[in-house]
Amino acid sequence: MLNSLMSYLGSTLSPGAAGNQLWALIYVVFVFMGVSAASIALYWIEHSAGSAPCPAAADGISNRETRFVFWIAPIMGLLAAFAAYAVIPFGPSQAVTDVNIGALLILGVLSLNVLSILLSGCVPNSRGALLTALLSGARMVLFQVPIGLVAVAAILMTSLNESGTGTLSMIGIVQAQEDQGTWFLFKFFPIGLIAFVVFVIGMVAQTKRERLAVAAERPSDAGAQNEYDGLRRLLLIFGEYAAMIAVSSVAVTLWLGGWLRPFASQLSAPSWENIFSLFPGFTFLLLTAILLVMTVRGGSPSRPRRTQLAVVAALFGLIAALLFMIAVAGRSSDRHILASLRENVNYLYWFAAKVAILLSIILYYRSARSRNRFGRYFDQSTRLAWKILVPISLAVLALTAIVGLKHETWDQAKQLLRMRS
Amino acid sequence: MTPVATSFFFYLLASATVLGGLLVITCRSAVRSALALIVTLLAVAGLYLMLYASFVAGAEVLVYAGGIMVLFLLAIMFTWTGVSPNEPRFLGVAWIGIPSGCALLAFLIFAFVKGRELFPDRMIALGEESNTQQIASLLYGEPGRTGSYTFAFEIASLLLLVAILGAVVKVSGRGVAGPVSAVESQETRPSPGI
Repeated sequence: MLNSLMSYLGSTLSPGAAGNQLWALIYVVFVFMGVSAASIALYWIEHSAGSAPCPAAADGISNRETRFVFWIAPIMGLLAAFAAYAVIPFGPSQAVTDVNIGALLILGVLSLNVLSILLSGCVPNSRGALLTALLSGARMVLFQVPIGLVAVAAILMTSLNESGTGTLSMIGIVQAQEDQGTWFLFKFFPIGLIAFVVFVIGMVAQTKRERLAVAAERPSDAGAQNEYDGLRRLLLIFGEYAAMIAVSSVAVTLWLGGWLRPFASQLSAPSWENIFSLFPGFTFLLLTAILLVMTVRGGSPSRPRRTQLAVVAALFGLIAALLFMIAVAGRSSDRHILASLRENVNYLYWFAAKVAILLSIILYYRSARSRNRFGRYFDQSTRLAWKILVPISLAVLALTAIVGLKHETWDQAKQLLRMRS
Repeated sequence: MTPVATSFFFYLLASATVLGGLLVITCRSAVRSALALIVTLLAVAGLYLMLYASFVAGAEVLVYAGGIMVLFLLAIMFTWTGVSPNEPRFLGVAWIGIPSGCALLAFLIFAFVKGRELFPDRMIALGEESNTQQIASLLYGEPGRTGSYTFAFEIASLLLLVAILGAVVKVSGRGVAGPVSAVESQETRPSPGI
């Protein structure tokens, strides 16, 4: 057992591709813990912690016939959200597995989320829950069309290499961005950006359900979620956040270069490498400083809360020190384990940082417009999807193909010229 | 990568497929039948994966489980009346269902016995890594050569386009007075309980 545990270390393949089940399991556990922690953090940011539903609370559904469907709905959403993480790459080998159809699989699995929302509306004698579930389910289906189209545009960009074959594998997509020396966000300048914006709009509209705080004000807005309480409601919310993080990770992988650090190809000198590897440490140092300031002059006067803050700050400071140590000690390549550790920390850091930035934009949007137009007005979201986003994404797809072809023929012409001369 | 516990996963997925199929026709509640159908479709996708046809598996999940089942559920929910225990479990069409089922089984057995040489007696080396690329070259062809199925593929996409346009014309109500007035009258009238 120890042998198979150690034999994988230093491999450049993901555990699934290397056929190592034990490490795949370890990765699954790590991903599960990380996503759970992130979901809890998101929940704390978005709601005051006191409003969390108590897991032991009972909800009013006692009918044996509907109980099954009622139980299965939140679990299904959770499973669909977590199944997507199997192929999301956090680094060149830091994925549970790498399948040939990664992007397709993720789009498919995330579309199963719609089923969970629809099923959560199957409550007898509650017309409001049924109708809102139908509407939000229909809205999700609606925005899948532009999301799928612009994702195809990104996949099309991966085929701009010598062999001319693209890839659907999530790791392959990021490697294509590495090879081409640019994130797909900046590829063919406005086209990639427009595709990314369409994806993010669709993503926000898809993962958007009314926040609990709003739901408490106006129960009719929350719809189907309102029928749930206790553990099932927690599961429903957990699934929602997990799906949100998953979709953000997909956006980061497709357009923001996944685990690649900024300016990876422009500033590739070793000294730049060293400077960029200090970023994780500085981030945690910043967090420590913020927490310390909060401790000293923070809003809450109570003593235990200040002690808590100070403890967390000390923890973050320790992590920062550890990260700095790794960044400095792993500089020389003769210390093999430290060097690879530093590399892996960098991959994880850049991926997590990009996802965090994207998530904070979404959260900001959700809190700024708590009763947003996508969520509230079905006709408006329909108009947005069909009349604005779908034509734009079709145009993006066609333009990517045209510009890519032109690019290719241009390259071939240049090669021909070089051969002639 | 060497396959792991292949027969175990095959029998697991196959039994899930059959069980789901049985539940589809025996469940009283339409929603549960739909759920059982989802199980069947996902298990079939798993079987495709075991055959190294990863693209077909992904398309199965995306199109059938994620797309068509959503439409099924939407239709069921729009007409949902809950479950009434008095309703008979089966429609009285066993006299046509059982013979046709037996006929299908007999046909499959006949095909298996007669066409023995079609079925390989050993594992074929399949391109797991290049499966998607192989499908693409069959559908769209390679540089300088059209694929074997390019024409059929284009016809199918044209058919889908016509279907989409037909649906749009049908629901837009332009030139057809019937459906629009029906919708309007339903909005003003309080609808009966769901």
